[in-house]
Amino acid sequence: MSEAVSRVAHHFDDAAQQKDAATLGMWVFLVTEILFFGGLFLAYVVYRTSFPEAWVEASHELDVTLGGINTAVLILSSLTMALAVQAAQLGRRKGLIVFLALTILLGGTFLGIKAVEYHHKVVEHHVPGASFQFHGANARAVQIFFSIYFAMTGMHALHMVIGVGLLLNLMRQGLAGRFTPAWYTPVEMVGLYWHFVDIVWIFLFPLLYLVGRHG
Amino acid sequence: MSEHVVPRRVYYAIFSTLIVLTGVTVAVSFVDLGPLNTLVAMTIACVKATFVVLYFMHARYGSRLIWVMLGAGVLWLVILIALTMGDYASRGW
Repeated sequence: MSEAVSRVAHHFDDAAQQKDAATLGMWVFLVTEILFFGGLFLAYVVYRTSFPEAWVEASHELDVTLGGINTAVLILSSLTMALAVQAAQLGRRKGLIVFLALTILLGGTFLGIKAVEYHHKVVEHHVPGASFQFHGANARAVQIFFSIYFAMTGMHALHMVIGVGLLLNLMRQGLAGRFTPAWYTPVEMVGLYWHFVDIVWIFLFPLLYLVGRHG
Repeated sequence: MSEHVVPRRVYYAIFSTLIVLTGVTVAVSFVDLGPLNTLVAMTIACVKATFVVLYFMHARYGSRLIWVMLGAGVLWLVILIALTMGDYASRGW
């Protein structure tokens, strides 16, 4: 019996059925994630329509260059993740390890840049709470923007940290030679998760950084 | 059924498209289009997300069941936002 066959759990007919079940389960999880982030997006829409001017003012306080670079970094990491899955499909063990390592590196870069941005916000007293300072008539609504900014980007960053942890685990298993073209399901599932987190950022970037930039 | 191996050039093409669209969304945000700015930004984001889902996430090669799941997720997100905002918009306060 080959290794691949031995990995089919007893309640599945064959490896293909087992993989379909795993893929479906992952998509169901991602649907719950869409709705989880959906609540945050809803809060954003409610408050943005209530305080449109404050949203423009607050958005101007964010750094478009850093946000744009981070968007590119994350898209690049999605490419390296897709290439890691492809390497696993084709049984290229070295390619798998290299692309996983690159994805981890890019994920770390994103989090590093995010940390620099958070630091700026702390220094500028833009973190909601007792030390919050903002001059102008819309200060209160601007504080609401930053509450939503930190909730959304913070929740996104938490997903990134979990993603990096999952990737490190994949790398450990990959180095141990656990994945074959017949069985690489974990690589593909983590890939789906990673791309989902990328999509969340694709929406966060214009919604937070690019409001009323022409003003 | 996702045993389909996508050629590398497809991944590179999707990556380039996503980067170009990111540049476009930044550039357009600096042009005053009035309320259309948000619409354009969200349209570009939806196009980018669609590319990621179809190619990076292999949904294009996935089963019908995956499509139903994804459709259900998007549908309920739309219900969540549309019904709530409908309520906010139709109240006298």
